[in-house]
This record gives sequence, C-alpha cells and structure tokens, in this order.
Amino acid sequence: MGSLLQVLFDALSLGSLYALGALGIALIFGVMRLVNFAHGDVIAACVFALLWPSVDAVAIIFAGNLPWYLLVPFVLAIGAALSVACEALVFRRFRHANPATMMIASFALGFVIRYFLLMLFSSRPKSISLLPALSQPVEILGARIPLLQLITIAVTMAVLFGLTAFLRRTRFGLEMRAAAENFTMARMLGVRANRVIMGAFALSGALAAAIALILGSQTGTANIMMGASVMLMAFIATVIGGMGSLAGAVLAGFLLGAVATVMQVILPPDARAFRDAFVYGAVILVLIFRPQGLLSARGTRERV
Amino acid sequence: MMSPSVARRTIATPVLLGLLLIAFALVAVAVGSKPFNQTVIDIFLKVIFVVGLWVFVGNSGVISFGHIAFACLGGYVAAWTTIKPMMKGMSMPGLPDWLMQTEIPYWGSAMVAAGWAALWALIFGSVLMRLSGIAASIATFAMLAMVNSIYSNWESVTAATSSVVGIPIIRSIWPYLVAALISVFVAWAYGISRHGLALRAARDEPTAAAASGIDIPRARLIAFVISGAIMGMGGALYSHSIGIVTPDTFYLGLTFITLSMLVVGGMGSLSGAVLGVLILSTLIQTLRWLEAGVQLGEITLALPGGVQEIALGAVMILILMFRPAGIMGNKDLSLPQRAALETRGPTGPRT
Repeated sequence: MGSLLQVLFDALSLGSLYALGALGIALIFGVMRLVNFAHGDVIAACVFALLWPSVDAVAIIFAGNLPWYLLVPFVLAIGAALSVACEALVFRRFRHANPATMMIASFALGFVIRYFLLMLFSSRPKSISLLPALSQPVEILGARIPLLQLITIAVTMAVLFGLTAFLRRTRFGLEMRAAAENFTMARMLGVRANRVIMGAFALSGALAAAIALILGSQTGTANIMMGASVMLMAFIATVIGGMGSLAGAVLAGFLLGAVATVMQVILPPDARAFRDAFVYGAVILVLIFRPQGLLSARGTRERV
Repeated sequence: MMSPSVARRTIATPVLLGLLLIAFALVAVAVGSKPFNQTVIDIFLKVIFVVGLWVFVGNSGVISFGHIAFACLGGYVAAWTTIKPMMKGMSMPGLPDWLMQTEIPYWGSAMVAAGWAALWALIFGSVLMRLSGIAASIATFAMLAMVNSIYSNWESVTAATSSVVGIPIIRSIWPYLVAALISVFVAWAYGISRHGLALRAARDEPTAAAASGIDIPRARLIAFVISGAIMGMGGALYSHSIGIVTPDTFYLGLTFITLSMLVVGGMGSLSGAVLGVLILSTLIQTLRWLEAGVQLGEITLALPGGVQEIALGAVMILILMFRPAGIMGNKDLSLPQRAALETRGPTGPRT
C-alpha cells in the first residue's frame, strides 16, 4: 500500500512538471503556431534570476533570500517579463514565417539566452538552497512523501484550476480561446492580436517560472541546462496531447509522467537502464495510432 | 529514372557546389596548418550531414529531428569494424565473434555504415512515414532519443556512455571531400528523379499529389532511406576524423546545428543546404578566431567567452528575419544565362 502510494505521488509530481511545461508550450502554439524551443532556457533564466551574477562555484544568493511571499511573485514576474520581451524583440517579426523558420528562430533565441547565462554565471552547476523547509518528508498511510511533492501537485492543480477559470470566465480568456481556435476569424471579430499574443507569452513565461521554482527546490542546484530535459518532455506531451489543445497538453503531461514512473517500477532490472527507450517507443506508438493527438484542437486538424 | 534533358539542364548546380567545396579544400592545402585542415574536414562532414538531411527534409517538407540517429548508427559501425580486434575485446566484449575479428579500411566501414543506416531507416521509416507535419517531427525525435538511450546503456557492444577509442584517424582532407561530393551528387540525382519530383509535389500539394496517384508514404520512405544512408556514411567518417565515438556526440547538439544550417541556408534547395553549412561554419570559425584574440599592432583584441555563441544566435535570427525562406530562398545556384531562361529552379517551384 505504502509503496503503491509512493509510486502514485512520484508519477503525479513528475507529471505535474511535464503538464506545466506542456501548457506553456501549447498556449503559445495555440495563438501563433510557434513551437517555442526557447521555453527551456526561459526556465533556466528564472532560476538564475535568484542569484547574483558571478562565475564562482558558490552561488551568491540575491533574490533567493526574499521571504517566499515576495520570492514567488518576483520569479513569476521575471519569467513573464522575459517571455514578453522575447515576443516583442524576436517573435513579432516572424508572425508570417513558416513553422520551420519560427522553430529555428526560437532555438537560436534559446541559444542566445543560454550563453548569456553562461557568460554571467559560468557553465558549472551551482548549489542553491531554495525554500529548504520543503524537503522534509511527510508520512501518509505508511508512505514517506516529500512535502515538496505534495506542494508541487497542489500548486499544479491550483494553476490548472486558475487557468481554466481565467480562460472560461474572463473576457481576455475568451479572446485567447477564440484566437487559438481560428486566429484570422478572431481578429476580424475585433480581438486585438498583439494583446492576445502578449498575454499568451506572459502566461507561458509565468508557467516557466513556476517550473523553475519547483525544479530549483527539488534539485537544489542551478544549471544552465536544467530546463532542457523538462522542455523536451513537455514538447512531446504537447504533441501527443494534440497541438494547441490545452486540456490535451495537461493530460499528456500527466500520462508521460505516469508512464515513466510506472516503467521504472515494473520493468525487469536488466531492462531498467533502457527505460527511456521504452518511453519514447510508447510515444511513437501513440503517434501512429492517433497522429492528431489524444485530444485534437479543432483549428489544427488538416483540411483538404 | 531521369530524362537526360533535365539532367543537362540542372547539372550546373552540383558542379558549381562541387567546385566550391574543392576550392575550400585547396585553401586548406594552401594554408597547410593542421588546425585549419581539421576545420575544413569538419565543414565537409557537416556538408554530408546537412545534404543528407536535405534529401528528406527539403524534398518532403517534414522537419526531422531524428537523422542524427543514423549518423550515430554509422559512427558505431566504424568503431565495430575498424578498431584492432584486441582493443575491441577490451572495450566492447559483447560483440559477436565474426565482428570481433573484422578489421576493414575506413572506406569500407563508411560503405557498411551507409548500408546499416539505410537498413534501419527502412525499418523505422516504414512505420514513421505515415505521419505528417509536427507529429512526424516528434516521432523522428523519439527515434533519435531511443537510439541514444540504447547506445548509452548497452554496455557490452557500445561501451555505454564512455568513449570508444582506437578508431583509425584519417587526417587527409581528400576522403572527406570525395564523400561530400558523392553526397551532393546523390542528392542532386535524387532531386531530379521521378521519386524526388513526386515527393516535392506531395510537399506542396498533398491532396492533388495523392489524387494523381502518388503514394506519399512510399515516396517519403525512399527519401528517408537515401538520406539515412548519407547520414550513416557521414557518421562513420565523423568517427574517423576524431578517432573516438560516444553516443552524445550524435545527439541534440549536432541535430540542432545541422538543422539550423539547413534552415538558414534555405531548406528549399540543395544549394541552400550546402551554402548554409559553408556560411554558418565560416561565421562560427571567424567568431572563434576573434574569441581567441586578434593581434592588432601592440594590442590583442579578444571577445569575452560566450560572445561567440550569442553572436551566432543573433546572426541566425537576423538572417531569418530578413530572409524567412533562408539565404537561398528556394533557388538553386545555376549559370547566369540559364537562370534568366528558367523561372523555376531545378529543385522545385517557388512556394
């Protein structure tokens, strides 16, 4: 019972990370058909926003010393601001470019952000202790669950409900959903393109910052590559969820987390090293049987 | 397969590109410095990879993140077939006996690598080629990640993540030049063949192409296998150029740099693929040179570390901003008087 619960919580917390990441990518894809490879580097930049620039191995904590009720809004604001800046400086010029060009431009932008961080902080991983109170375990029904895992899951749930309410109840949310469905039509009906796209980038940046906070406190290190692995999984989740479908992205994120965790448990020890190969094999299978994704958004279906 | 008139009309493109590559080789010989030699070898290897990528991506319009997996397969073929049997026994004890005893020259290993990669391209491709668009891109990425995960963990035949050493190093520039020329001519021949034409038709108008009797998955599979073979050959030569091989050599870094070269050059034409490599490589090399420091009279000017990559990213963004279809657009290099006669480039209509 206890170990089963452990697996469940592992799966949920890993899935939460993937779901948050997938949501950040799907939001932007929905409004401008951009596959944003810079997302992972925005995550890394948010972690480093807590530190003072230095190339020493020991991190000089700067904003990281703020009390949590200031720290969290600060990091979220940094993420949103960085993401909006990317839009205003770069992606705005690519509105009419084809998807491949936009993808490579976003990759180049991520490259610029990453090496900017490298210049300021060097490539060595730095240890940080972010919100250390969260790493103590809690006992639930005989399973020892790190408090952080519970908080990760709770935060993700809160974000998901908050975002759903935002998208369904506010005028801005309505505009954003309309834009995701059919951008040209939405513009004709009076939705202001720049505002909606800015909004999507701000939300996506804030989501990246949330991932940064969770990853930072989970691993206790800041590393310029730390966003990359989450970003790749999130990217896969976005596609198997159905490009542009927010619900699909979240669902697929949790599904990927669950598959990865469960495989770790049920694979025979010899095959465990090849876990990732099995996970990616499963991804290919899902794509073969549902190439349009688990929940396909109406606007992205291919038409004749 | 191809009508002679088309071949005559378009032969200028690979010939011009070939002359450009030969010019690079001659410059390397003239300079005669060892590091520069290695740089030019590296450029030829990138030409092989990007041209291999173009055969599939350029003609089908499907972005593939997975082609470097075939280079990885090829790279390890070089390790399996050319390292001295004694050394192989130590680093990769799980190899079957016949392979353990095999020791062939580098050109043999490059050919075997091309065949081995083509075989796996056929196997993966027959499943993946039914997908289109972004789903296909992700599926090819999943393939790359699978291959990487297997090669990073299969201790007994790939030595896992530790590097396999002892692959004979080829320092001469000519084998790489010949291989790059072969890939350019193969890509050109494929591009003007009926299969290449069919695939480009399917890229531009999938519905009309399917209605005209083009079997799109099959057309894509042919391109996938040919490009897989070129990547495999490139992977084997890559191993021979540095003498060691690790799975992570052939992973995301190489995937993104080759894709960037293709898109910045212009994925719509073979010339775009080759020029993308030459231009970005020259830029990278110039920036590295500046980073190392330039002697100007008394003072040494040097860029701080990290500026090289930032400048590279910024230049790529700027090029794409002003030329969204890449430097070459969708046009191919050809002789001037012919360009005036033809409104359509040899590798397809402007889109």
